Amino acid sequence: MKNLTYLRFEILRTLRNRRFLIFSLVFPLVLFFAVAGPNKNVVVEGIHFPLYYMTGMAAWGSMTAMLSSGARIAAERQIGWTRQMKITPLSTRSYFTAKVLSGYMMSIFALVALAIAGTTLGVRLSAVQWLTMLLLLLVGLVPFAIIGIMLGHLMKVDSLGPALGGITSLFALLGGSFGPIFQSGVMLNVVKDIPSYWLVQASQSVLSQSGWPPLQAWVVIVVWSLAMTRLAIRVYRRDTLRVL
Amino acid sequence: MFETFGPTTLRIHLEGLSICEKVVDVTIADDRPGGIVLSHLTKSFGDVQAVRSIDLTIATGEIVALLGPNGAGKTTTIDMVLGLSQPDKGSVTLFGMTPANAVKAGLIGGMLQTGTPVQYLSVRELITMMASIYPHPLDVDEVLHLTGTFEFAERPTTKLSGGQTQRVRFAVALVADPDLLVLDEPTAAIDVEGRRDFWNIMRKVAAQGKTVIFATHYLEEADAFADRIVLMARGRIVADGPPTEIKARVGGRVIRATLLDVATSELSTIVGVTNAERRGDAVTLACADSDSSDRALRELLARYPGARDLEVRGVGLEEAFLELTADNDEDADDGLGFSDDGTKGHGLG
Repeated sequence: MKNLTYLRFEILRTLRNRRFLIFSLVFPLVLFFAVAGPNKNVVVEGIHFPLYYMTGMAAWGSMTAMLSSGARIAAERQIGWTRQMKITPLSTRSYFTAKVLSGYMMSIFALVALAIAGTTLGVRLSAVQWLTMLLLLLVGLVPFAIIGIMLGHLMKVDSLGPALGGITSLFALLGGSFGPIFQSGVMLNVVKDIPSYWLVQASQSVLSQSGWPPLQAWVVIVVWSLAMTRLAIRVYRRDTLRVL
Repeated sequence: MFETFGPTTLRIHLEGLSICEKVVDVTIADDRPGGIVLSHLTKSFGDVQAVRSIDLTIATGEIVALLGPNGAGKTTTIDMVLGLSQPDKGSVTLFGMTPANAVKAGLIGGMLQTGTPVQYLSVRELITMMASIYPHPLDVDEVLHLTGTFEFAERPTTKLSGGQTQRVRFAVALVADPDLLVLDEPTAAIDVEGRRDFWNIMRKVAAQGKTVIFATHYLEEADAFADRIVLMARGRIVADGPPTEIKARVGGRVIRATLLDVATSELSTIVGVTNAERRGDAVTLACADSDSSDRALRELLARYPGARDLEVRGVGLEEAFLELTADNDEDADDGLGFSDDGTKGHGLG
């Protein structure tokens, strides 16, 4: 990203959008305090409950923040701004890079907010643990950055709002953001093939001493990223060729 | 060949040739890399032929109006000029480049019909952001002053009136300091006063020697601002020439009056009247433009104080267009003997 001025305004615009701030920052925080607050001294199977719940909310919140870039793309398409940008020297790649980077920015804000919230309920982690969690989450978010772009070119603003709510909730639920829903069996194997499962696992890497995620995690992230990129390119081409 | 764009002025100093120093100005209108060339440009959407093989050459520095009713193919043409859509056949060359490359080089500034400025930015922030994208942008303050957006520069882009928004959109197009400005119905959404303001600003900008193409369906706008009017209808260029010429074709006025016992042959002698007809008690006098209809009306009243139910109206672009296209459709190539000569070579000097 050569153009830092453009990126700066992109981020500024994202931050000034209160609706997205609420969805990606406030919702996970509220849920965290509502659920973990009354259980702040509970320890389940040796794990401090607020820490456990914080990791789930971190996956959900950062994912929502990342996907919201799709809503911003859809909004810019709707008002014809995308076409205006197409007659500037800004490349499509730079346009998307700015969107993804501002999505990451929002994700990091969501994570920091949750980390602070966790600390107030007694969550204590070492600097290495915080950092490992953050970095693994950032990697786990890659497929969601691409899904965001794809949705932004697939749907209209009006339908994208509810769709994003549904999609993020479904991903979060299946991935285990609100607690594991499948302990074993076929369904566990199915959810292990979706990226949000590993996003939650990335977040929960601090809960165990098992260390880095297994190979399957990396494979799922890479395969989803590639598949979504292909899909996004197709959707983008179809979208930009249509008569306006 | 000179590696220059557009008409070039060569100043040749002939010193030592004679007693006095001589300065010779030679203007070369090069039609090769300079300017804009559309050739056989064709585009259909399904069964609808939006643009039917148009040829158009525009020299650097020309201000050209694409005039035509809705559905004439103006926007489709502009989209292809900007590289926003691909022609089915034919090509567009901007300063010797493809539209995509000219856009990449930052040579093009465009104001599309849609393209509401993005929200969550002030006007100044928006223009600063856009300026950062271009290789050689204008100074942001200069653009704000030039476009008359300075006084509301700190306001959010969503809190502007229609006329203000339009000026901001113009600032977005202008901050590139483009060689070619393309404006698609730039005044469509604003009132008469805002329209006048807009063109006053535009005139200042154009004085800097930019090439300007704008689409409009107002003859007055095209006449007041363009060096040259390209008249489009049903996907074709039906006329192309200086505004006076086009105005004569489509800017006619008709005077109607109730007037008894005066022969049409007598009415035809009124200065400014090109044709007189009678239907019962009513007479219809055709005039070339509003100046001659004004004059004719005065003379009519002076000569025949008994004239009643006076009415003056424009022939209307739609009517004029339909007439022109009806001719043109019968013989696409030379219905008017105009589109062929007219499209090329105008205003190169």
